[in-house]
Amino acid sequence: MVDVTPADAVPPAEVAEMELYHPHSWWTKYVFSQDAKVIAIQYSATATAIGMVALVLSWMMRLQLGFPGTFDFITPEAYYQFITMHGMIMVIYLLTALFLGGFGNYLIPLMVGARDMVFPYVNMLSYWIYLLAVLVLVSSFFAPGGPTGAGWTLYPPQAIMTGTPGGQDWGIILMLVSLILFIIGFTMGGLNYVVTVLQARTRGMTLMRLPLTVWGIFTATVMALLAFPALFVACVMMLFDRALGTSFFMPAIVEMGEQLQHGGGSPILFQHLFWFFGHPEVYIVALPAFGIVSDLISTHARKNIFGYRMMVWAIVGIGALSFVVWAHHMYVSGMHPYFGFFFATTTLIIAVPTAIKVYNWVLTLWRGDIHLTVPMLFALAFIVTFVNGGLTGLFLGNVVVDVPLSDTMFVVAHFHMVMGVAPILVICGAIYHWYPKVTGRMLNEAMGQFHFWVTFLGAYLIFFPMHYIGLMGVPRRYNELTATTVMTESAHDLNAFISIMAFLVGFAQIVFLFNLIWSIRHGREAGGNPWRATTLEWQTSETPPAHGNFGKELPIVYRWAYDYSVPGAKEDFIPQNMPGSFGSSREPA
Amino acid sequence: MAIALVLVLVVVGSVLFHFLSPWWWTPIASNWDYIDNTIIITFWITGVVFAAVVLFMAYCVFRFRHREGNQAAYEPENKRLEWWLTIVTAIGVTAMLVPGLFVWNQFVSVPSDATVVEVVGQQWQWSFRLPGKDGKLGTSDTRNVSPENPLGVNASDANGQDDVVVEAADLHLPVGKPVKMLLRSIDVLHDFYVPEFRAKMDMIPGSVTYFWFTPTKTGTFQVLCAELCGQGHPLMNGVVMVDTPEDYLAWLGEQQTFAQLSAPQQVGSAE
Amino acid sequence: MSVILVFLLVIVGFAGWWLSHQRLMAKPWLEQGVIGDIIGPEGSALPTAKIGLGVFLAVVGCLFALFTSAYFMRMALSDWQALPLPRVLWFNTGVLVLSSIALQCASVAARRGEIDAVRLGLVTAGLTALAFLVGQIVAWRELTADGYLLTANPANSFFYLITGMHGLHILGGLVGLGRTTAGAWNGARPERLRLGVELCAMYWHFLLFVWLAIFALLAGWAATFIEICRQLLT
Repeated sequence: MVDVTPADAVPPAEVAEMELYHPHSWWTKYVFSQDAKVIAIQYSATATAIGMVALVLSWMMRLQLGFPGTFDFITPEAYYQFITMHGMIMVIYLLTALFLGGFGNYLIPLMVGARDMVFPYVNMLSYWIYLLAVLVLVSSFFAPGGPTGAGWTLYPPQAIMTGTPGGQDWGIILMLVSLILFIIGFTMGGLNYVVTVLQARTRGMTLMRLPLTVWGIFTATVMALLAFPALFVACVMMLFDRALGTSFFMPAIVEMGEQLQHGGGSPILFQHLFWFFGHPEVYIVALPAFGIVSDLISTHARKNIFGYRMMVWAIVGIGALSFVVWAHHMYVSGMHPYFGFFFATTTLIIAVPTAIKVYNWVLTLWRGDIHLTVPMLFALAFIVTFVNGGLTGLFLGNVVVDVPLSDTMFVVAHFHMVMGVAPILVICGAIYHWYPKVTGRMLNEAMGQFHFWVTFLGAYLIFFPMHYIGLMGVPRRYNELTATTVMTESAHDLNAFISIMAFLVGFAQIVFLFNLIWSIRHGREAGGNPWRATTLEWQTSETPPAHGNFGKELPIVYRWAYDYSVPGAKEDFIPQNMPGSFGSSREPA
Repeated sequence: MAIALVLVLVVVGSVLFHFLSPWWWTPIASNWDYIDNTIIITFWITGVVFAAVVLFMAYCVFRFRHREGNQAAYEPENKRLEWWLTIVTAIGVTAMLVPGLFVWNQFVSVPSDATVVEVVGQQWQWSFRLPGKDGKLGTSDTRNVSPENPLGVNASDANGQDDVVVEAADLHLPVGKPVKMLLRSIDVLHDFYVPEFRAKMDMIPGSVTYFWFTPTKTGTFQVLCAELCGQGHPLMNGVVMVDTPEDYLAWLGEQQTFAQLSAPQQVGSAE
Repeated sequence: MSVILVFLLVIVGFAGWWLSHQRLMAKPWLEQGVIGDIIGPEGSALPTAKIGLGVFLAVVGCLFALFTSAYFMRMALSDWQALPLPRVLWFNTGVLVLSSIALQCASVAARRGEIDAVRLGLVTAGLTALAFLVGQIVAWRELTADGYLLTANPANSFFYLITGMHGLHILGGLVGLGRTTAGAWNGARPERLRLGVELCAMYWHFLLFVWLAIFALLAGWAATFIEICRQLLT
């Protein structure tokens, strides 16, 4: 072990013990638990379960798109219901819930050196309301008329009209109620994540010593707390329009030859509210991914993250800027055209801090000691897909380039690459990375390699060619492309190829799920710190960490989270709670 | 190790796909080749960045992969390098943004000699209205829509009487003349999109949106709806025919005006 | 969307002020040892529950700012017809102010440890808040009786929606107030009671502020005020 300079060691006496709720029965320990780690697993399991539904839905649409007319059970109504539910589940109920509710709950208290979240009871409620939201969502599949088919953007007027599946049935109502519940539940959890980072950091854990994972989740949660109210407002107002007959979003409309009672409302108003939430939402998913991937790369390349300060500033800057770019989703919505100048400029400005983050990831690899573990492979794949998807974002953010491309398959390819594939690769990498801490065992390596290669290459082969179908002018949200003349014969073949790839990639996820379950019992014993990482969650006295996380005394933090390969130190990592001072020449020459 | 090779293959494969695959935009038929040029600029800049980043990564993975006895360098930051990268990125972004905004300015500034054509979307068909001899479209309101007046033209507006109404049929446009498309919907959102013209814009019930273009090639083009409008969305096709001026006038002569359509008993006797 | 942007600007200003005290320019790799001793404890000195409530109030503020934004955007469309505000709203405003004052008194009393005054303040606050809710329902009934129905006009829809949303927040506050009041009788620890009373007071003051803003909005003064500001600027 490394030398310890006793002068730097500080007695832990002043660390305030927080009041911990202690479970009394099996029910309060595993079901109605107030322990953030259990809540995290509950969140993750629920999100994964509903995510599997979304995966099956995506198979259904790929069946229809790849082999049109072959599968009778995929009616136009069903197709629109599939795309809507797939999108909504993936964006809200899977990605948001898994990153913040899952990773946030597990990692924040452990990484900042807290015993638990600051409001454990509220945290527990948060999960149960989330579960309720998911159940309401699922119930819409069984409601008369089925779930809504309005597209995940739920644009009125069509979302609440008869021409759309579920528009005048229960589908849209259940969707809106489910979203409202989700937002309430999320706000409860979000308060915890933010206040825990603010108030429960252990001694010595200054903001600039936080791992970037915490920075990412923290900033994303702040954004989510401020952005979700916009969706809440939009949902409540649409619910009024649909259920009570108000006209917030509904103008005068003739539907199938009949004048509706509504009048005077503005569909654009909904779009503003929706995207005021919807754009920050992209970064709500992206920022935790940014943070986690920084830690994965640093740990597995045995090198400090390059430009830590710049990374922190970029996260905060992106978080703030992302609130003034929302209307780039609305360039062709018919809003005032002069908005285009403003929003194109802000959108392209946000590319600069994002690019800096990418540079810093690859510069972290430079002169590193790269261990090509499964988490590292996923991190590398994330960079490829994120750079690809980020760069196509420059097409769509640049207002005039967006005109021919918006609402085409190019957009579908872009956002799947950048906020579908990229964050999911991070989630996979993160699970391979932290699974040993959660269960005490490693995931199976061979299955991991299979999962990685099929997922990365398969997903790239799905979404890279899809851009070009969009470039041809093929619109998105068409269940039926046979009547579209720009769709050539060869493009149909390409679609069939994409569909086959989609099935393969989906299959790899099932292997992954199997691995998750199989390794709980059969995985190799991991020990407390298998990756030889510096951050606090790897320094717990027990693995998996017990209730209260850190045994008797909370750790004291003596250094930043990235002391890898410090010159002069014996090991190539120095845990954050290791006292002493190492490395004489820490300033670059 | 395999990953370094695969990263190189991803770059090579993507570039080859870009240049060799048969899937590319449709031949342009309007004045908006500016847009195509902006896309090309963007492709070049982003393509270079993508290749550079991924190839650099592949090199790092190959060169600095873990071997026994390796130790990583300790390099917390490098201000100069970071500044340089920021500046180069900012220049690249500006190089895409400036032409983009320049062309957008053209896109939203309708030339004064543009003729007006109104497109009306409804679930799930396209109708059109052209100004009559007075060159003015009459006012309209969704509340006026009825089986006799499918576009909701305001019957009391004198300007509207001679408007040519094309209900659920093909639109013809003269080649080489700028047109301002006024877009209206009587039910849900639609989006008038002809891939060959490159331009598109949503149609919003309750308001009128617009875009303009000049058709530069004669021919028949398919109109697509590009904003989800319910389950008939993919079948909401239409046809725009860009004609020579003579053909256009011949077509225009066969069309009926609003006044003729509102008095069906007199027109009907001609059959 | 200008209202919500101004609101967010305030939040950003606050966040920026806070971040500027967090040594974001420090080079963390050069600092080893416990720097917490140099700059004080890691968290704020305020009780965690207050910070939590503060964050929650920022979210609630965001919600109402968004409703206000939507209100102004919808108001600009042609079919808007403002509705006359029932006079009872003035009475309700007064009652809500009383409720806030009562809680402020209770919070002062809690600091001094005068348990009887705390109980009196809490009960007064609870009753006046209930009176406010009843008053709001009276206002709704008056409006519906006069034919200003929910769906008749967007101004009406917004009136019911926003006042209803505010009422729901008061109702939620009453649950918290009820728990604190029960604690005041069942002999909760003084410091715990004091925290509870202070949290209630904070929430009540905030909802009073929101109500005043809503009242100004619904009465049309907010629009007039913005118009004056715009004219001053141009």
